[in-house]
Amino acid sequence: MIPEVGHFALIIAFCLALLLALVPTWGAWRRNVAAMSLAPGLAVGMLVFVTTSFICLAAAFLQDDFSVKVVASNSNSLLPPIYKFSALWGNHEGSLLLWALILALWTAAVALLSPQLPLLVLSRVLGVMGAIGVGFLSFSLLTSNPFERLLPGIPADGNDLNPLLQDPGLIIHPPLLYMGYVGFSVAFAFAIAALLGGRLDASWARWSRPWTNVAWAFLSLGIMLGSWWAYYELGWGGWWFWDPVENASFMPWLAGTALLHSLAVTEKRGLFKSWTVLLAIFAFSLSLLGTFLVRSGVLTSVHAFATDPARGMFILVFLALVVGGSLTLYALRAPAVSSRVSFGWISRESLLLVNNVAFLVASLTVLFGTLFPLIMDALGAGKYSVGPPYFNAVFVPLMALLMPFMGIAPFSRWKSDSAARWRSELAVPAAAALLCGVTLPLLHAPYNLWVALAVLLSAWLVLGLARDLWRKVRGASSLRQGMRRLTPSYWGMVLAHLGFAACVVGVVATSQYSIEHDLKMGPGDSEVLSGYEFRFNEVAAVRGPNYVADEARFEVWRDGKRIALLAPQKRRYLASGQVMTEAAIDAGLFRDLYVAMGEPIGDSGDWAMRLHYKPMVRWMWLGAIFMAVGGFATVFDRRYRRQRSGARAAAARGAQYAG
Amino acid sequence: MHPIRKQRLLVVLFVVLFSSAAVGLVMYALRGNINLFYPPADVVAGKAPLEQPIRVGGMVREGSVERSDNSLAVRFEITDFQASVPVVYEGILPDLFDEGQGAVASGRLNAQGVLVASEILAKHDENYMPPEVAEALEKSGFDHKGQPR
Repeated sequence: MIPEVGHFALIIAFCLALLLALVPTWGAWRRNVAAMSLAPGLAVGMLVFVTTSFICLAAAFLQDDFSVKVVASNSNSLLPPIYKFSALWGNHEGSLLLWALILALWTAAVALLSPQLPLLVLSRVLGVMGAIGVGFLSFSLLTSNPFERLLPGIPADGNDLNPLLQDPGLIIHPPLLYMGYVGFSVAFAFAIAALLGGRLDASWARWSRPWTNVAWAFLSLGIMLGSWWAYYELGWGGWWFWDPVENASFMPWLAGTALLHSLAVTEKRGLFKSWTVLLAIFAFSLSLLGTFLVRSGVLTSVHAFATDPARGMFILVFLALVVGGSLTLYALRAPAVSSRVSFGWISRESLLLVNNVAFLVASLTVLFGTLFPLIMDALGAGKYSVGPPYFNAVFVPLMALLMPFMGIAPFSRWKSDSAARWRSELAVPAAAALLCGVTLPLLHAPYNLWVALAVLLSAWLVLGLARDLWRKVRGASSLRQGMRRLTPSYWGMVLAHLGFAACVVGVVATSQYSIEHDLKMGPGDSEVLSGYEFRFNEVAAVRGPNYVADEARFEVWRDGKRIALLAPQKRRYLASGQVMTEAAIDAGLFRDLYVAMGEPIGDSGDWAMRLHYKPMVRWMWLGAIFMAVGGFATVFDRRYRRQRSGARAAAARGAQYAG
Repeated sequence: MHPIRKQRLLVVLFVVLFSSAAVGLVMYALRGNINLFYPPADVVAGKAPLEQPIRVGGMVREGSVERSDNSLAVRFEITDFQASVPVVYEGILPDLFDEGQGAVASGRLNAQGVLVASEILAKHDENYMPPEVAEALEKSGFDHKGQPR
């Protein structure tokens, strides 16, 4: 009964999305206020019904209703309840429902949190969101119905959730990632609404900026969680593989980063308008492309679920419609909204342009590397694979080129600045950064030039920020007063840039300094890595809720002191018989110690063991958290709220837009 | 020239320079960093290059896995049931690696026709088969258990 309610609710949600796509847009075209005023109500209605549907599917999972096909194939009665719930999005059908739910959430959020938006703009934005909703809800209903029943012949128990997905990281990774992915649909909707209305101005950028920042922050967190999960769950200590599916989430992030910065220029200076619109279209198209890559089964990956050509075709057509439609609209309307403001060559605009080009080129090269094997395969030219060396060779120099500019940008002035000012103000930070770059890597032997370069660039960035911060607060009567004058937007920028610096240092240091030993060990053996002695004591059999495991017990000693107990496991899950490695990690701010079990060797109780020493690997994820917090912080800026009091005035202005 | 036009020209020049640098970088990075997939039948027929990074995929032949007693070395054969390629690897195998299961080995082929693997990929869940392997088997005319279709 409950699954049928869920299915019915999904159909109603689809109808509401269809109405939302058509009625307010028609209203905006015919200037019909009654039709336009329906938009917020329809958006909330869509949320209510998609949520109902989602709760029904969650209930089916929690009650072990194995008559429902997705539950039978992805859950099991032995599964702990929290994993029964997260199993909902550990499969194709359920994850699409999650996509639809998050889209409905964003749509309703735009409807409810935008009192300052003129009705005309709001109805267009919600209309575009509704159209995207139509696409995804019909995809779910027509090709991947999550409520399909297995009747007759209900299985006695389910097939179990893939053990790799039975993990706390996987409970929150997909929802956060989707919040980011789908969040770019808001930026996209604002861009399309602006093209439809023919008005691209600073207020447009001001409206869409907080939404873009929040979506970007969610995406940063989602990618970070995915990387962290891969690190501790896949059992071989890698944290980024340039796997096509990782790239699928990384490309929108890169394009989104360019979009954030370009929106800043559009809001503050009214420049780069057409460019910003194009970036918004590009970022969302990459989100859709990611969905296509992951969901169509064209890729070999952990994320590829059952393959079905009809599904791949549906998303491909949808993608073609969205990209083709929005680019056509862009071609028709963009020239009407170009600007005639100029800026000096040495100015903040130029530096942000550098950012935009760097991030756009980065996302295009990642896109190329990801699609190259697919294109070659489609042309029948062979089955190629493009590996990490390609991506590293392109991506690392691009980011290294970007960072010198990043140090200057927070400090630079809009419109026109002088190179002499930059030189005089930044001489001290430059010298200090050089000092850091030369001396800090001495703390870790042997001296590594790549780490020195990363520290130099990151220190340049951090010290440039510090110089700017000091310049901003020094005029105030007290430090506290000065700090209080700084806006949340500014703090957000500082946090995000600090996070970027931490990320760079973490990535380079862990890539250069990591030590990895794969070896055969028997109980009583020990091995020393960078001064840490790993002692292998014994192997014991343990039992979990839905698995049995061999557990190796290690002690780690340094300088005569025991500093950690590590107990990696080799698990065998009962329902599927699948074997899985559970690594044991002693985490620290400056180093991680990592042990994972391979397979037993011979009959004498020996095991293949994987021991890692990974310095500064946490910095990378901490950096990503900083970036996300920075993205969230910008939303608290007063200038986004101030308009709320003037909402009525804005609505009156909205009437003018109608003309 | 009009200052705005001049500025646009500079922007365009900058973008062109930057993107050609990027394209150059891409071409450089692509050389030697891509590798091609070969089914075992093609490798045995001598169609695969020696000492170049390649990938070979198929099923791990039943009874072919030999592990060393005192190191992590392992030797097995990858088959599409028409032909088998011997593979040597030193390291820890993925959890789902097993005889009679699909696997993809990437490495270099030596003069003796043995693939010296640097990485072994197995499928990541029970019901999944890497698409390359599925296609290699389809070409050979056998299913994944070695029964003729």
